[in-house]
Amino acid sequence: MSPPRVPLGAGGRGRDRRRRVAGVMFAVACTAATMVGVVALAVLLGDVIADGSHRLTGDFIGSFASRFPERAGVKAALLGSIWILGLTAVIAFPVSVAAAIYLEEYAPSNRLTKLIQLNIANLAGVPSIVYGILGLTVFVRALSLQRSILSGALTLSILILPVIIMASQEAIRAVPHSLREAAYGLGATRWQVVSLQVLPMAMPGILTGTILALSRAVGETAPLIMVGAVGFLAFTPTGGVMDQFTVMPLQIYNWISRPQEEFHELAAAGILVLLILLLTMNATAIILRTRFRRHH
Amino acid sequence: MASTYDIDIGGESAALEARDVSVYYGEKQAVKNVDLVIPPNRVVALIGPSGCGKSTLLRCFNRMNDLVPGARVEGEVSFHGQNLYAPVVDPVEVRRRIGMVFQKPNPFPKSIYDNTAFGPRVNGFKGDLGELVEKSLRQAALWEEVHDRLGDSAYALSGGQQQRLCIARTLAVKPEIVLMDEPASALDPIATQKIEELILELKRDYTIVIVTHNMQQAARISDYTAFLYMGELVEYGPTEAIFTTPREERTEAYVTGRFG
Repeated sequence: MSPPRVPLGAGGRGRDRRRRVAGVMFAVACTAATMVGVVALAVLLGDVIADGSHRLTGDFIGSFASRFPERAGVKAALLGSIWILGLTAVIAFPVSVAAAIYLEEYAPSNRLTKLIQLNIANLAGVPSIVYGILGLTVFVRALSLQRSILSGALTLSILILPVIIMASQEAIRAVPHSLREAAYGLGATRWQVVSLQVLPMAMPGILTGTILALSRAVGETAPLIMVGAVGFLAFTPTGGVMDQFTVMPLQIYNWISRPQEEFHELAAAGILVLLILLLTMNATAIILRTRFRRHH
Repeated sequence: MASTYDIDIGGESAALEARDVSVYYGEKQAVKNVDLVIPPNRVVALIGPSGCGKSTLLRCFNRMNDLVPGARVEGEVSFHGQNLYAPVVDPVEVRRRIGMVFQKPNPFPKSIYDNTAFGPRVNGFKGDLGELVEKSLRQAALWEEVHDRLGDSAYALSGGQQQRLCIARTLAVKPEIVLMDEPASALDPIATQKIEELILELKRDYTIVIVTHNMQQAARISDYTAFLYMGELVEYGPTEAIFTTPREERTEAYVTGRFG
């Protein structure tokens, strides 16, 4: 083979360098943009840990709220949040998945379906306080569920329904059409295709969407204030879902709005507890997801 | 004109018969007034250039077009004399008795065993499932290669093996007719040859309708060939006649490679 006429790096030096510099600058800009989020989170976390970590003790987790900062704890709020979350998941998950299955696999593609679809997308953007008002009117008053955990969970369920429905639809849509055809081609009924092929394959995506939606719900304050979460509670739910309740964000807000420095530290500790709760949920999501993936 | 697509199937009754079949996707007509008789225990090839409607026509035979939104089938398709599109007919039963193998291997994300067993399971098979799985895999000439790793994921198989698994999966439901939509088009020559040998083997027990864009393949494996062009059935007859003495000019142009 004859040697190349132009050796490497000989031609168009200036232009090559400009292109290279532009490439590097773009990479730097993208990295910087990523860092904005990471740094902000790190600073926030560092600040909260510095303020609240020394308050984060077993007593803090195990005590009720109190007028005396050294005796105050998050027990009622933490249990309230867990109750609300659990019940919300139990209500919202099946309803959302069923709605998503209907919309993707059963609904005829007509005006009504499109209208429903549009509505769901819009509902995801409605301010959460509006759901609070709905919850107050429908669950607390009209259905006489009072200011209970059930009212709160129902309200939050409605709040996150559109998010889970859309995530589930996305996951269901991502199941290759060829697999549906294969199953139909073997004489499977629509229900068999959905339950044996589509749902198992879509489940990791559905679970991820659900956990993300629940993560949003765990931070919600406004709608729960509307349906009557109380700021101060010195007992844990024992009578089940009809009990009064408070939740973590509300407790944190309550502490932060007090003038004393000690309560601000308690708020920081509360934030840490909430963060740990969130991380636990996300870890659960990842575990569930990998387990489902391994099975299919 | 009618004589160009008549074949003599002797005294046998047709396994499948299309009478004046048209298929529309919305406004667009993909298949135009096709008449086609599929004799039992033969291999019938549908050939023609891309978009000529051969796959669409094939999908009429097991009501697969029902699953395509906006698709509409007119005319009559009968299976041993019974109209597949009659209101009393359940498309699920149609698909069980008239199986289908698709263009791209599409095994389920499950084990080899569960892939083969899926059809029998959804159809409520009562009997020795393991035996049926083995028989089906043997029929598809795959057993020797996979018998010691039935629990492995089907995705671990090569493309050609996956396609034979898909054939085994179809056979496990014990269909009477097997429709194949370009079953070897995504495979290499060696895997293709295996599939072709398999088709010739299966002919003894099944009626096979195969869509292919590979004319040599049609010539090698089919008894009858139908040439479609722009949604119309141009010519239908014994494969040898279609390839050596076609009656229609368009057929001759296509099989000699002048277009398509």
